[in-house]
Amino acid sequence: MNIQQNSVSENNFEQCIKCTICTVYCPVAAVNPDYPGPKQAGPDGERLRLKRPDFFDNALKYCMNCKRCEVACPSNVRIGDIIQSARIKYGPQHNTSLRNFVLANTDLVGSLATPFAPVVNTAVALKPVRFMMDKVMAIDHRRVFPKYAHGTFTSWYRKHAAAAQEAYPKQVAYFHGCYVNYNNPQLGKDLLKIMNALGYGVQLLDKEKCCGVALISNGLYKQARRQAQTNLRSIRTSVKGRDLDVITTSSTCTFTLRDEYPHLLELDNADVRDRIELATRYLYRLIQEGKAQLKFKDTTPLRVAYHTPCHMEKMGWGYYSIELLRMIPGVEVTVLDSQCCGIGGTYGFKKENYEVSQAIGAPLFRQIEASGADIVATDCETCKWQIEMSTSKPCEHPLHILASRLA
Amino acid sequence: MRFDTVIIGGGLAGMACGIRLAQAGQRCAIVSQGQSAIHFSSGSFDLLGRLPGGEAVSDPVAGMAALAECCPSHPYAVIGAENCARYAQEAPGLLREAGIRVAGDCRRNHFRITPMGKAKATWLSIDGYLTTPQVGEFPFKSVCIVNIEGFLDFYPEFIAEELRKYNIECRFGSFNHPDLEQIRRNPSEMRSANIARVFDHDANLEALAEALRQQATGCDALILPALIGINRNDSLEYLRERVGLPIYLLPTLPPSIPGIRAQQALQHRFRALGGEYFLGDSVLSSEIEQGRVARIFTANHGNIPFEARRFVLATGSFFSKGLVATFDRIVEPVFGADTVSRPSRSEWYTLHFFDRHEYQAFGVRTDNRLRVVKEGAVLENLYAVGAGLAGFHPVQEGCGAGVSLLSALHVAEQILKD
Repeated sequence: MNIQQNSVSENNFEQCIKCTICTVYCPVAAVNPDYPGPKQAGPDGERLRLKRPDFFDNALKYCMNCKRCEVACPSNVRIGDIIQSARIKYGPQHNTSLRNFVLANTDLVGSLATPFAPVVNTAVALKPVRFMMDKVMAIDHRRVFPKYAHGTFTSWYRKHAAAAQEAYPKQVAYFHGCYVNYNNPQLGKDLLKIMNALGYGVQLLDKEKCCGVALISNGLYKQARRQAQTNLRSIRTSVKGRDLDVITTSSTCTFTLRDEYPHLLELDNADVRDRIELATRYLYRLIQEGKAQLKFKDTTPLRVAYHTPCHMEKMGWGYYSIELLRMIPGVEVTVLDSQCCGIGGTYGFKKENYEVSQAIGAPLFRQIEASGADIVATDCETCKWQIEMSTSKPCEHPLHILASRLA
Repeated sequence: MRFDTVIIGGGLAGMACGIRLAQAGQRCAIVSQGQSAIHFSSGSFDLLGRLPGGEAVSDPVAGMAALAECCPSHPYAVIGAENCARYAQEAPGLLREAGIRVAGDCRRNHFRITPMGKAKATWLSIDGYLTTPQVGEFPFKSVCIVNIEGFLDFYPEFIAEELRKYNIECRFGSFNHPDLEQIRRNPSEMRSANIARVFDHDANLEALAEALRQQATGCDALILPALIGINRNDSLEYLRERVGLPIYLLPTLPPSIPGIRAQQALQHRFRALGGEYFLGDSVLSSEIEQGRVARIFTANHGNIPFEARRFVLATGSFFSKGLVATFDRIVEPVFGADTVSRPSRSEWYTLHFFDRHEYQAFGVRTDNRLRVVKEGAVLENLYAVGAGLAGFHPVQEGCGAGVSLLSALHVAEQILKD
């Protein structure tokens, strides 16, 4: 008699008891009345869509895929996955506006921009350029653009780091992501510094593509799937071929590789999923197991406020980054309430979402200003952009803070 | 991850236990699969409203002593009448320190009013709710019951029907606002939390005050659905002051705004005391070594287990899947603990919804220190608290919140004494 155990519905949606707790914790529903909220957009709407696909509601595009509904759900319903899967299955199939294409293709745009970084950075900071981008591409003129690095992380790595990595007795592979490669190579260098100090060499994957999170949220599913397949091939080569764990520095990339690939892109990664993890978690484990010890030289007092990104909250891994920060002498950590900053990856760049994005983040910005912290720490690059644009505080990755104080 | 105590379940019992342990300096973690049933709170905490035979209880402490005599398997009897009386004195302080403003007396029940207008005996009520010292002793002779236009989870007619039985003169009022039109575009989402957010804005609250002032002329008091103040706690005082009349809240259908606030207040308190709260995670497996739980493994944390000297099972009852009913038995899914139930499914329930169903008293088997029993043997460092305990009927006896709070404090004391 095992009928109940066997009656499992896709994304657990039959488990929804309509309690509405998800909608209480939805950052979008709280400020945008055009969005019907996760219960309606997710399990309720799914019943209708299963009956007739044209019940698909275009307002589902307002979901920014933060997954806070899933974290709040007492019944383990994968509400966010239901909504995103519905967009993939029933939504507009050719959603390739120039704007969405540019925002989604972080990889392509990054590789075009980095050789001309000084020019690009100056240009996108100019009012007339931002005005044009607003009018022509519907990218909000008030949005501050992330700066591009002059030269990518991978080119630096090949020229200056690759050879030295071989000398370390232990090795890990690193999925650096678009942000480290095109915007902030320093974070990749910080990671190398930390891992090297612990006796680990850092290898790049054979071939790394953008994880695809922005492609998924901008409706470019086929491309997302292709890139995911490339990434999974490379990850398998590292994990299975060379027995290397794959570490990452971006919470959203990590979440996409581990959970969005199987849930949204229907790519089975069960054989390697447990070997993909955030570097902060990897370090935490090494230190807890007594396999590594960090030595610090700079112990000047620093007040750090940690912001938990949405996908970090979903993974439940904020603890590792926070604990690592707490291990640094002189660092005093306060943990900000876990709430969405409003950027949602490319969501907040879009003209139609700008106001909503800033309204979602407002309580967090207020808490940051009142925290008395010297610096905000977070594991997500888009949260960093949003926090630096919307508050008076700098925002850095926990590993940057850690690396800068290492002996 | 190493902790002194790991609590599985972040509802009222888990949180109360965690707060007490963290207060005593323990390093605690709570692992919770989503938000808890506190979101469905009536705004009151029941200790004991009726004895199993149906006799009404006016003095819960005396009632718990009587229970200890007649029902030795009731959690209050297991905890012991004297201990219960002591914890019942302590518990309101724990809630108030978290910022939940409750009033009530464990020696004398008062009455809360349900969304249907019925009076129910209770122990503690959150500030602002309509309560009466005795059934029918309302603090007004005439009242205006105001609803928000289009809000379907509140029933002024039913409430008036009950109040009129006690010769209370009832009028109806309603309120609308352009900002409410916005949420009304999704009629199914015209729910408490969405409406409450509208009233968190000063201008909207002022508009409500103005409308209430006009509609209440000639009345002694106003009744509102508990829809105000989701992110601020001064809304009710503000309205009372602006309107110049007593304003009382009545619970709505879920989600409950005061419940949401209570949940967040407890969570904040636990964290402020140094507790670690892991939300949205579920326990997948555990390792038991020599009669003790050594570690648990969760969905989110995979190969990094939670290790602790003690574990507390606070996963609740059927709603939160702390207990799962299969066709032929009751399962405790986290540890596979022994459960107290009836062998034949036909004995689990009757065909009358409001009966005292046997399944409601099913739960985890424990010893007299509330330690969990598995395969007939006590697990020495695993305690059970809250709705998942066996031997009580939370609805019929009106004792759900009491069992959660008192068992939580009892287990915290056991852990700290060891």
